[in-house]
Amino acid sequence: MEFLLQPLTLLTFFPLLGILILLFIPSDNKNALRWTTLGVTLVTFGISIWVLTMFNASNPSLQLVAKYDWITVAGWNIQYHLGLDGLSILLVLLTAFLTPISILSTWTAVEERVKDFMIFFLLLEVGMLGVFLAQDLFLFYIFWEFTLVPMYFLIGIFGGPRRIYAAVKFFLYTMAGSILMLLAILWLGIYGQTFSVPELIAQHNIPTNIQWWLFLAFTAAFAIKVPMWPLHSWLPDAHVEAPTAGSVILAGVLLKMGTYGFLRFNLPLFPEAAVKAAPWIALFATIGIIYGAAVSYAQADVKKLVAYSSVSHLGFVMLGLFAMNKEGIAGAILQMINHGLSTGALFLLVGMIYEQTHTREIKVYGGLWKITPIFGSIMLIVSLSSMGLPGLNGFVGEFTILLGAFGSQAIGNAWYAAISALGVIMAAVYILYMFQKMFLGPEGSIVAEVKKHGHALRDLNARELITIIPLLIFIFWIGLYPKPFFALMAPAVENLVKMLPIP
Amino acid sequence: MTQLDFSTILPYTILTAWACVLLLVDLFIPKDRKGITALLAALGLAITLGFTLAQVGLEQTGFNNMVVLDGFSTFVNALLLVSGLLGVALAYGYVKRVGIERGEYYTLLLFSVTGMMLMAQATDLIMVFLALELLSIPLYVLAAFAHPKLESEEAGMKYFLLGAFSTGFVVYGIALIFGATGSTSLVDIVAAASSSSSNLLLTIGAALLLIGFGFKVAAVPFHMWTPDVYQGAPTSVTAFMSSGAKIAGFAALLRVFASAFPSIATDMTDILWVLSALTMIVGNVIAISQTDIKRMLAYSSIAHAGYILMAFVPYGNPDVRNVSVAAGLFYLVSYAITNFGAWAVVISLETKAGKGLTLDDYSGLAKKHPALAAAMTVFILSLIGFPPTLGMVGKFYLFRAVLAGGFTWLAIIGVVTSLISAFYYLRVVVNMYMREGDPTTERETWLDLSTGATALLTIALSLVPGFLFAWASAAVLKLF
Repeated sequence: MEFLLQPLTLLTFFPLLGILILLFIPSDNKNALRWTTLGVTLVTFGISIWVLTMFNASNPSLQLVAKYDWITVAGWNIQYHLGLDGLSILLVLLTAFLTPISILSTWTAVEERVKDFMIFFLLLEVGMLGVFLAQDLFLFYIFWEFTLVPMYFLIGIFGGPRRIYAAVKFFLYTMAGSILMLLAILWLGIYGQTFSVPELIAQHNIPTNIQWWLFLAFTAAFAIKVPMWPLHSWLPDAHVEAPTAGSVILAGVLLKMGTYGFLRFNLPLFPEAAVKAAPWIALFATIGIIYGAAVSYAQADVKKLVAYSSVSHLGFVMLGLFAMNKEGIAGAILQMINHGLSTGALFLLVGMIYEQTHTREIKVYGGLWKITPIFGSIMLIVSLSSMGLPGLNGFVGEFTILLGAFGSQAIGNAWYAAISALGVIMAAVYILYMFQKMFLGPEGSIVAEVKKHGHALRDLNARELITIIPLLIFIFWIGLYPKPFFALMAPAVENLVKMLPIP
Repeated sequence: MTQLDFSTILPYTILTAWACVLLLVDLFIPKDRKGITALLAALGLAITLGFTLAQVGLEQTGFNNMVVLDGFSTFVNALLLVSGLLGVALAYGYVKRVGIERGEYYTLLLFSVTGMMLMAQATDLIMVFLALELLSIPLYVLAAFAHPKLESEEAGMKYFLLGAFSTGFVVYGIALIFGATGSTSLVDIVAAASSSSSNLLLTIGAALLLIGFGFKVAAVPFHMWTPDVYQGAPTSVTAFMSSGAKIAGFAALLRVFASAFPSIATDMTDILWVLSALTMIVGNVIAISQTDIKRMLAYSSIAHAGYILMAFVPYGNPDVRNVSVAAGLFYLVSYAITNFGAWAVVISLETKAGKGLTLDDYSGLAKKHPALAAAMTVFILSLIGFPPTLGMVGKFYLFRAVLAGGFTWLAIIGVVTSLISAFYYLRVVVNMYMREGDPTTERETWLDLSTGATALLTIALSLVPGFLFAWASAAVLKLF
């Protein structure tokens, strides 16, 4: 009982309770299924808030630790070990926050096999929370791999026309990276006689030449997940084919698992290798920023545009992480949250219009602002946030990252930051291009097309507003007053930076 | 002959006697009520399992070192008996459905299990040979059990001819080993081998033995019979054969190589390395092009033989061999449970006319039978090695042992072939969940129970694998 009542255990596995309830609700009672899932995810969010109130931000170490022996026979030393610190608290909150919002967005979008959808979604939430909380490599690997399964089903069952291709590609691509990490985890387990991350970090005795290989193996898993250029090719497919809620979670949380992996494992476990690799990672991150932005501009499909913009935005996160100073890492963590909020909101908005028009081609839209003023205004705010307008959240993150990258000793070259700054301008270009084509100018062909079917384009309804407004609140909050968010992570970040042997 | 001798082979004796009596009792059971024979066979297996479990921890030898009872044999015997029980449960409704219900089916199955058990207990090459024949001959008959169906007859014939051929290798190998060491007892072989300087004859003999066992466990390049036999044989036989024969083959391989040939370990390690890598690669790559689920699972079973072979590679290294053999045992458990589950689903979809066996026949299963599709998904994930399933824990254990032995490249081949395997396994999941279709299924109580139980075990044991780890490690302690 004590085991089950640990706050973090409760947080991670509460959605399983929802699945248990869902199993007893008949499949054709769709509204009951939706309300139950929403209720469960809201309670999970409530638990995450409760966890936040117990979290002491000034303490840099792991808190609310739940630690029990799991498999400790026959030379094994595996623990059930959950813990929370400044590096993960925001991501945990983001996960618990985005899940009910995603559920709300499926209210009318998912009509078929609602039960399957909700079960997979709750399973996904368990996996995601577990990834951010696990402090034992074995446990982490289980959660990490497990998130793949429900997402695979969400894309493969509920996605667009090429969903099967996208789902299989997503699965195999991600698994390809994870298996190398598996070997590295096993090696660490043999070498350190434990799978516990804090203990392995404390041992800090891995020879540098071996660190390189382990670093590469972990990087394979995380870089594919982020995804870093040139390993990003699964992302556009998965995003375009995934249902809206799937895209929101994919962009909002799953990609963060990759960057979080770098932060939690690569930096502290292999500090020497990480420092040496920093210029290379910065190079790839910079290419990703520019490449993602350039390719975004060339997209005719608005969802694809947003997907490629993720490649660009996560390039910033990687640049910040491997700047390896306080500003860079803190900015990167905040930018993970920002990207989750802004890109999540963009996918939600694109999903809302898609539900009415069933097309995502930019060229058929036009003049939407006049027809749907609320939708247009919200889209503008979110777009501006995504491109980093001062006063909104994106700016705070990107600015801090660039600040860190310019002064980074680990990267050792201000050019990367300078070129990356161009990415901010390019973001303005593709985002505004999209906004202008879809929302300004003369009425697009789709307006008439919709009328032909006997109904006009409508503005956002109350449910859609409830879905999107919480995101807007945070977009403004972080943009205007980011201090409490930085305060949550600052001690842990400082602690991490101290461990890195920067020349 | 003392009392101790008999307690060494107590479970084995009980099962043999039970099978003989059942053969007679079956004559008096009316033709339309052969289900009784099945229940009696299951009862015999269950009783034997009870005695086996009561022997956990016992260590003794019997009949002048011809057989042994130790932790290893008890572990393997328990696993074999569970496999036998599942084999009966899967066959119960299936043989009725396809019209091959005859009492001999169950007695043959029992005899085969006794052969397998003897395989795990034999410590003399003559006994190994005897056990090999005892387990194989009933399987040859069972493979052809659906006669006059041509595919089944062909399967039986092919299995018999190639099996007999491979037995020749075993006998020749035993003869050479006897020539080199002057004995067929494993204990004497060890003594003789360590004192003599030239091991060439012994090495060749061991290699010939390896070919024979490699045939039984379907290791590449001795796997050619597997797809045809697995496809042609009645599905319930295939399910039993693919688990039971593999467990027994590996048990004997382990016993013979680990305890008798440590002196030629360096040569053998290289050979086993190549064998294991080849088996994983060939099995998984050829499985990609299969469209028939039985053939696909046949190649998957070849591939898994490769994974289990990994556990043997470091057997010459005293630091890690305990761990790696224990990992092999654990993997056998995980494979047996998962494999039976997967075959149970295959049997659920097979129609009376022998249709329903292509991958396309699985389209739309999730909509029609969500529970069955969910169970199959669990088995597939376990076969790939995905959490939270037994297959993942098994692979974790196995790869760790191989890495600890210093065979990094073998581990890399292992994980890369796992990735390849995901490609073809996922096709079943894609069909079940993401395509439309109208599959027909047969629901039978025992079949459904087996499916449910194996699915639950696959997940539950992966969450609490500790006691199995402990048991497997204790089982191999006295082996070396």
